[in-house]
Amino acid sequence: MEQIVEYIIAAFLVLAGIFGLTGSFGLVKLRDTMQRLHAPTKATTLGVGGVLIASMLYYGLIEDTLSFHELLITVFLFLTAPITANFIAKTYMAQNMKAEDVPDTGREHGWSVYDDPPNPPVISDTAEE
Amino acid sequence: MLLRRLVPHPLLSLLLLVVWILLVNKITVGNLLLGGVLGLLVPIFTAPYWPDRPVVHRPLKVAEYILVVLWDILVANVQVAFIVLFKPNAKIESHWINVPLELTSAEAITVLAGTITMTPGTVSAVLSADAGNILVHCLHTDDPDAVRDDIKSRYERRLKEIFQ
Repeated sequence: MEQIVEYIIAAFLVLAGIFGLTGSFGLVKLRDTMQRLHAPTKATTLGVGGVLIASMLYYGLIEDTLSFHELLITVFLFLTAPITANFIAKTYMAQNMKAEDVPDTGREHGWSVYDDPPNPPVISDTAEE
Repeated sequence: MLLRRLVPHPLLSLLLLVVWILLVNKITVGNLLLGGVLGLLVPIFTAPYWPDRPVVHRPLKVAEYILVVLWDILVANVQVAFIVLFKPNAKIESHWINVPLELTSAEAITVLAGTITMTPGTVSAVLSADAGNILVHCLHTDDPDAVRDDIKSRYERRLKEIFQ
């Protein structure tokens, strides 16, 4: 029984390694910054996820100590990865692209990197917007 | 209302307590107390960033949404891995896609933007100045309109049911 569990854990680790490596390879291979953003935000999620599942199985089934840290790492990763990607994308757009390079919003206001918001919020001491 | 000022976000307070317990990995009275204090203090200090209290109308739909997104993340990982490994660079056609939004609450748009980044070959880049559109970068697609419709029907529709 323990042997089967170990095989499963090993399988998860190998799978995680493959996806992690693919994500890093994507960083080198793809052409521009926007394309490169795709590799680490996606392929790496499964890479890290695989390691975490393996870790959970190991501690749950072999060491017999239940740990919730892996769950938290997953949640934190899902929260931080999109925000990092979004910041990189915005910075790249502001520095290397012009408003003409991307499709128009088709509405009154343009993209926030190039256009000001309709009513700039007034900053007051009460901070109630 | 005094209670509302003291506990501006009850759900956030509860979440912080649960996360704290999970972090220390041990349930004791001291940990519960410390987690409770953190859960009360953090929302008060961060209240200016959360002017509205988001209302979750259908808790069951949240579970459905999480499952759908988890599955899509799995699929997205495999798809992107295949594109990276087996598609020659010259054949990768990236597109910018303009997705008009029907969602209005800041929390719902944040969740949608995060979901778009984690799932099928798309990264959300920027919102329009009045938060009515979202600009999405798609790694490879033959049909940008289909990607847009997919985002709207698969994620935005569900988020609308949850938040509005």
